[in-house]
Amino acid sequence: MAAAGTGYRRERALALRNSSSALYNNLTVLCPPARPPRAFGAVHGTTLSLLGPEGPPRQLPARGGGSALSTPLLTQMYEADGSTLVFWHALDVPEHPAAHSVFARGISAAGERFICVGTSSGAVLVFDIPPKGTNVTLSEVLEQHRDPVTDIAAEQGQAPEAAGDLVTADDSGTLCLWSTGEEFTLLGRIPGSGCTCSSVTLWNGIVAAGYGNGQIRLWEAGTGQLRAQVSAHARWIYALDLAPLTGKLLSGAEDSFVHVWKLSRDPDTDDVEIRHCHAECVTDTQVCGARFCDPAGDTFAVTGYDLSEILCYGPA
Amino acid sequence: MSARTLPLLFLNLGGEMLYILDQRLRAQSIPGEKARKVMNDIISTMFNRKFMEELFKPQELYSKKALRTVYDRLAHASIMRLNQASMDKLYDLMTMAFKYQVLLCPRPRDILLVTFNHLDAIKDFIYESPAILNQVDETFRQLIETYSCLPDGEFQLIRQTLLIFFQDMHIRVSIFLKDKVQNSNGRFVLPISGPVPWGTEVPGLIRIFNHKGVEVKRTEFTTAGNYVTPQREGSFELYGDRVLKLGTNMYSVSRPVETHVAGSSKNLASRAKENTVPNPLAKEELNFLARLLGGLDIQKPAGGETGFRLNLFTTDEEEEHAAQTRPEDLSYKVINIEATQEPGRRAELSRILGELEVAEPRPGSAEKGEDLLALMDGL
Repeated sequence: MAAAGTGYRRERALALRNSSSALYNNLTVLCPPARPPRAFGAVHGTTLSLLGPEGPPRQLPARGGGSALSTPLLTQMYEADGSTLVFWHALDVPEHPAAHSVFARGISAAGERFICVGTSSGAVLVFDIPPKGTNVTLSEVLEQHRDPVTDIAAEQGQAPEAAGDLVTADDSGTLCLWSTGEEFTLLGRIPGSGCTCSSVTLWNGIVAAGYGNGQIRLWEAGTGQLRAQVSAHARWIYALDLAPLTGKLLSGAEDSFVHVWKLSRDPDTDDVEIRHCHAECVTDTQVCGARFCDPAGDTFAVTGYDLSEILCYGPA
Repeated sequence: MSARTLPLLFLNLGGEMLYILDQRLRAQSIPGEKARKVMNDIISTMFNRKFMEELFKPQELYSKKALRTVYDRLAHASIMRLNQASMDKLYDLMTMAFKYQVLLCPRPRDILLVTFNHLDAIKDFIYESPAILNQVDETFRQLIETYSCLPDGEFQLIRQTLLIFFQDMHIRVSIFLKDKVQNSNGRFVLPISGPVPWGTEVPGLIRIFNHKGVEVKRTEFTTAGNYVTPQREGSFELYGDRVLKLGTNMYSVSRPVETHVAGSSKNLASRAKENTVPNPLAKEELNFLARLLGGLDIQKPAGGETGFRLNLFTTDEEEEHAAQTRPEDLSYKVINIEATQEPGRRAELSRILGELEVAEPRPGSAEKGEDLLALMDGL
């Protein structure tokens, strides 16, 4: 049955200077806690398009230039308004491009003072961010994935005992659960079945993962048990996001659809519940980024391949 | 991004080029013998062993400009000539067609099926020439060897690399507009009905499992989409039913090929940017071209063969008009390089390239990359 519940409608479109590239999770939203104005970022080739609350959109190119297709292997960190380059880190570039591509993919803040970045070798780089100043250091390299990393997500709610507060995903669908700290510890591993997990979120010990075959799967982070399986999309899922106050889940895929779901837990049986709330079709667009713009999930934004706008949706 | 994209890009664009040339040769009533010679010469050049070797080496994709030069050379591999305007139109059609195919591929892996569709059709063009047929089959086998074992994630990376290459191209193609696969704003129609990709389930089912892994509940949801289960999977073998229609020949003599080039993209600013952004890889691109074109075995026409000019437009006046009205930001700025197989000439080319790098930029000209490419025009 089509679920009732909060509906949404298209509110406005924010113009970007460039269109968005077809890359996983290609939209990021900065929601400052106090005030509504937000900042948005989306990738076009080797450039980040940044849209702040005031002023025209800016562009931050990847250092080293290069064509859109030989992306330099960097991590770059800027002040939140894009004004200052604070830090950069280059990965090892092989002399001749190997048959295996080399790139960085997947990024998340973790454990209050770290930023984790995934790489094509499967390694996850952990950077230690000082509370003041710009002395960012590479703290650790986690080597558990054997396939290119696709996405990284930190726990957005309350982690139950032994459930971990970080999840990393790769091209084979393998998920790793970590506990963050001075030294990161691997708590568990959910082996993949060959189907790429392109996007992942973690909330109250539930891992929500989006796959190349259009499925969303919910896993128990502590035990690695599969708790729900949804035939959600007709094509490859590109983005998932979660609203921590309500447990709403947002999914976007190549099939032009964006779906809003509601996650919950039955207090008696401890079963995980997921129900469908809303479907939005972004006509003739392959969605590549989707994010909630507020922690309750009343508003969300979407990017699509070749689209030079960020589409914003609000309560109906 | 993926270092394995170039062979797929090249072969599919080449396939589209052959479809269009074949259609125009017939529309222009070129005598059968001449037409066959042109097709044979081009195909034989495309599938030349040395050229394929260079192509299949893992490498990054180069710009549309650099790639366009290779097709320019290919199209002139025989007794046929094309004016700049016709060559521009040919390249527009090729790129939009393949962009469409990449975008609509149900699974990233299906790009390989699209490639096989093109190769199957190419084999039909030259079925009377066993030597060339052999070359094509060799390439077929190399494709199977290189790509069959790649995981889906790697294919998606290849697809994403191709989509970045085609980003912001919205040239309207008459045959696409008529068939309603493209909108009047140049964007492709993405259907939300039909068979789901092989390996994907029709959306709608939610299954809940308890902590022991036993399914305890099933619910359904509905959306505007209208999907069905696919019948069967296409074949990835040397011979077989590909099932997928993308990559098959959509042109016939009765369907003229037109493009609308003016006002095709709303975002002209980003298009213009592509041609003026400094290109520090210009030297890399020229090296790549020298290597690739050096492997092309262009036969000079024999004494008795008279050449002819192919026109992609319906009249010469139309072609002239198109040449004069093509928007600046959509020009391809073709490079003319006399690269041959002779090692002496190649060394000379490298020396010239080396010398050019030190050349002072022309006054008033901002970008180093543009200068190198413009200077090469004079070679």
